[in-house]
Amino acid sequence: MSAFSAIGEHAEHDRNEYTPGVEPQPTWCPGCGDFGVLKALKGAAAELGLSPEEMLVCTGIGCSGKLNSYFDSYGFHTIHGRSLPVARAAKLANPGLTVIAAGGDGDGYGIGGNHFMHTARENHDMTYIVFNNEIFGLTKGQTSPTSPKGHKSKTQPHGSAKDPIRPLSMSLNAGASYIARTAAVNPNQAKDIIVEAVEHDGFSHVDFLTQCPTWNKDAKQYVPYIDVNESEDYEFDNTDRNEASEMMFETENVLNEGTVLTGRYYVDEDRPSYQQEKRRIGEMPEEPLAERYFDEDYEWERVYDSFLDKHK
Amino acid sequence: MTDDQLIWRIAGGSGDGIASTSQNFAKALMRAGLHVFTHRHYPSRIRGGHTYTEVRVSADPVKSRGDGYNFLLALGDSFARNPQENAYYGNEEVKPLSENLDELAEGGVIVYDSGLLDTDDIPDFDERVEENGWHVYDIDLRTIAREHGREVMRNTAGVAVTCAIAGIEPDVIKSLMEDTMPEKVFEPNMSVFDDAYDTVRAEFDADAPDVSVPEGEHDEEQVLISGSDAIAYGALDEGCRFIAGYPMTPWTEVFTIMSQNLPEVGGISEQVEDEVAAAALALGASHVGVKAMSGSSGGGFALMSEPLGLAEMSETPVVLVEAMRAGPSTGMPTKPEQADLEHVLYTSQGDSHRVVFAPSDAEEAYKQTRRAFQIAYEYQIPSIVLYDQKNGGELQNVPASVFDEEPNPDLGSVITEAELEDAPHDPSGKYNRFQHEGEKGVSPRSLPGQEGGRYLATGNEHMPAGHISEDPDNRVNQVNRRMEKMEAIRADLDGDADTNTHYGPEEAEYGIMTFGSQQGTVEEAVDRLNDDGHSVKMLSVSEMAPYPVEEVTEFVESVDEVLVVEMNASAQFRGLTQKELGRYGEKLSSLLKYNGNPFEPAEIVDGFVTSIVEDGTLPGHETKFVPAASD
Repeated sequence: MSAFSAIGEHAEHDRNEYTPGVEPQPTWCPGCGDFGVLKALKGAAAELGLSPEEMLVCTGIGCSGKLNSYFDSYGFHTIHGRSLPVARAAKLANPGLTVIAAGGDGDGYGIGGNHFMHTARENHDMTYIVFNNEIFGLTKGQTSPTSPKGHKSKTQPHGSAKDPIRPLSMSLNAGASYIARTAAVNPNQAKDIIVEAVEHDGFSHVDFLTQCPTWNKDAKQYVPYIDVNESEDYEFDNTDRNEASEMMFETENVLNEGTVLTGRYYVDEDRPSYQQEKRRIGEMPEEPLAERYFDEDYEWERVYDSFLDKHK
Repeated sequence: MTDDQLIWRIAGGSGDGIASTSQNFAKALMRAGLHVFTHRHYPSRIRGGHTYTEVRVSADPVKSRGDGYNFLLALGDSFARNPQENAYYGNEEVKPLSENLDELAEGGVIVYDSGLLDTDDIPDFDERVEENGWHVYDIDLRTIAREHGREVMRNTAGVAVTCAIAGIEPDVIKSLMEDTMPEKVFEPNMSVFDDAYDTVRAEFDADAPDVSVPEGEHDEEQVLISGSDAIAYGALDEGCRFIAGYPMTPWTEVFTIMSQNLPEVGGISEQVEDEVAAAALALGASHVGVKAMSGSSGGGFALMSEPLGLAEMSETPVVLVEAMRAGPSTGMPTKPEQADLEHVLYTSQGDSHRVVFAPSDAEEAYKQTRRAFQIAYEYQIPSIVLYDQKNGGELQNVPASVFDEEPNPDLGSVITEAELEDAPHDPSGKYNRFQHEGEKGVSPRSLPGQEGGRYLATGNEHMPAGHISEDPDNRVNQVNRRMEKMEAIRADLDGDADTNTHYGPEEAEYGIMTFGSQQGTVEEAVDRLNDDGHSVKMLSVSEMAPYPVEEVTEFVESVDEVLVVEMNASAQFRGLTQKELGRYGEKLSSLLKYNGNPFEPAEIVDGFVTSIVEDGTLPGHETKFVPAASD
């Protein structure tokens, strides 16, 4: 019998179950794109039939880091840039959990860039939502890794000399097996993408455009948006790595020119997840490790019996 | 020189099999009933460079390297660089011989591979041999090895020569080789062994030196084990089934041992992108209910400062190990030092509260690593095991019965689903996992996946259910409860026997204090000092935090003066002691060493005599005396 009875119970869940009973209500600014992520995640969780208590939402620091303050599940609000290593170990230790990591563009593409690259490379079975508002919001409007070239801010008084990060291309190169971009103004697409991302066996990366009405007025509302999978103006096969790469490159090029392209950019259903690979080589148990500590019949190995002979 | 019959030093280059040959030699002698203790010296290089391992052999227990040594087996350095006379690194080819002469005892033995080494390259070699009464055996080990097998088997030839001169029964070595080598390697090695052994017996005066291996007998089964082995085994016996790490000398040893053994017991090891990630992964695994650890050495541990603070604030149990090496920065990667004490005690922002153990040897490493896990999981606090390149890597024989213990997979203060039904929840529906009141400062934690246990863990200050809050009253309550754990842990540790080690006559006039890896060497020095008519006892502290104030106060009160021995330049342990005790500055002086080599017992004897009995001027510059505040 599982010690974690919230896992895999497959009951009906209403989206309101993911709203905390009372405070805290979100402290995001009116019109903030982060509300869109919260709403999409609630909708996706309900559609997936997930119990709030079989979900672990790990966040970084910043406005985005407060996602799990307002989404009612198990949560770990970690430190700046470090949600991914915490999240992926949680998934390895108890694969029964649905693990979602989230953070901002500074969090994921800046300070946590190394973790992003390696988590994608390893293809951990989890979802990573990056709140991309092209700005550092909570610290009051500094230039971020996704800010456009020439972006002026108090820390870049002459305009940024740096080209922005290409989050989708970077993700593809690093090894993510599901890559999408959505926008807060597009709640239905966002919900559907999160559902797919969670269901995908492997590392799902969702670059979520979240307008910052206070500090990034230039970005406005990311409207009008175009879904590249549906628009007749764009044709590509998102299971083909090369075509996906070209579409991503184009999408990143035009964002700062005012054309907001969104959609599923890359889907690789064939690549085994890290968990599958690790089990294949015999370095991860079939049964969730976390269950073992509650299994009264488990006979814990003794060093004296298992490992001492080679020292004699 | 010490009274032991044999301190054998095998010298060559990195990559020449010095470590494995010396390990087999030590194990063979342990099996023969002797006590053994090894000391490793190696460079930060894959191939080549001055490398040696000493094996000290005695009929009585040994717990330190000796003073110098009496038997040199100088093999060639297959990967020596820069043989020019004025090269920056000197003539590396002859270093296995030239670098080791200063510490060789009078009347000692030199066996060198004349196939690779030429004594003409060593200034004043013949004069020094004459002066010191050394016995020199120039044997072409390389040719013997090539004749029967491969060149690398010259190590075997050297061991055979050692046996012939030191009177070690060949079967002692041969039976171990048979156990450890595949047959097709074993056979030619035996031919090499026999040829080398017979050559020495037939063509040289093998019995001339007064160097031999004593008779010995163990009263129980022994294992040859290092501190790194013992740390890993302590973790495994506490049910640790998750480790994450990034390679760094000398911590890599613990990481390697865990990574090789965990799959066999259904555990998980993760080699990750950096040490921030490594510690963060350990937190992630622990957060969902798996006993987890990580670790590194100085520079890597610096990267763990952030997750370490998160563990304190989010009350996530975790064990981190820190293998010290000489710093600052990259320092001397393969040389021991004890200069990261303040680093592990205070790194990460805010009021730190963590547990730090500094075990001295393999047995303590096993026991204290287990204790570190128990405290971490019971008190939801990070525990650190602080050791160094010396006690991590040195091998010694320990009774196998030390490890004849039951495993303890207990997760500590975790609440069950049944208990959650009646547990306090806040109006938002979350479980109050961080209650203001808790027995010994502990508020039981739930685990993700448990019905009725959801909460928010966070590095921000937080309310009982985890919601972020800067409310002053809540803040004070949470801080007080978290800090209360330290007092409760101190009280728990007071109930443990022998974590800190007392040694020497209780009524002694003087004291020596030390911590961690220097303990065994100080004990040997204390024995010698008392034999010489001084009155000295030792206290070696393992509990760095929370600090055993009462026990140390009692020790300091009981003696006239205390010499604090540690391997660093800024007297960190003495500083910690004075800070914790809040007085005794006039009573504590320091003996320091920071040249990359651990203390020899004689250096402590000399340091004590000089500083306490004489005027404080030490011979040479290997060690440094820092007087007490009043001097």
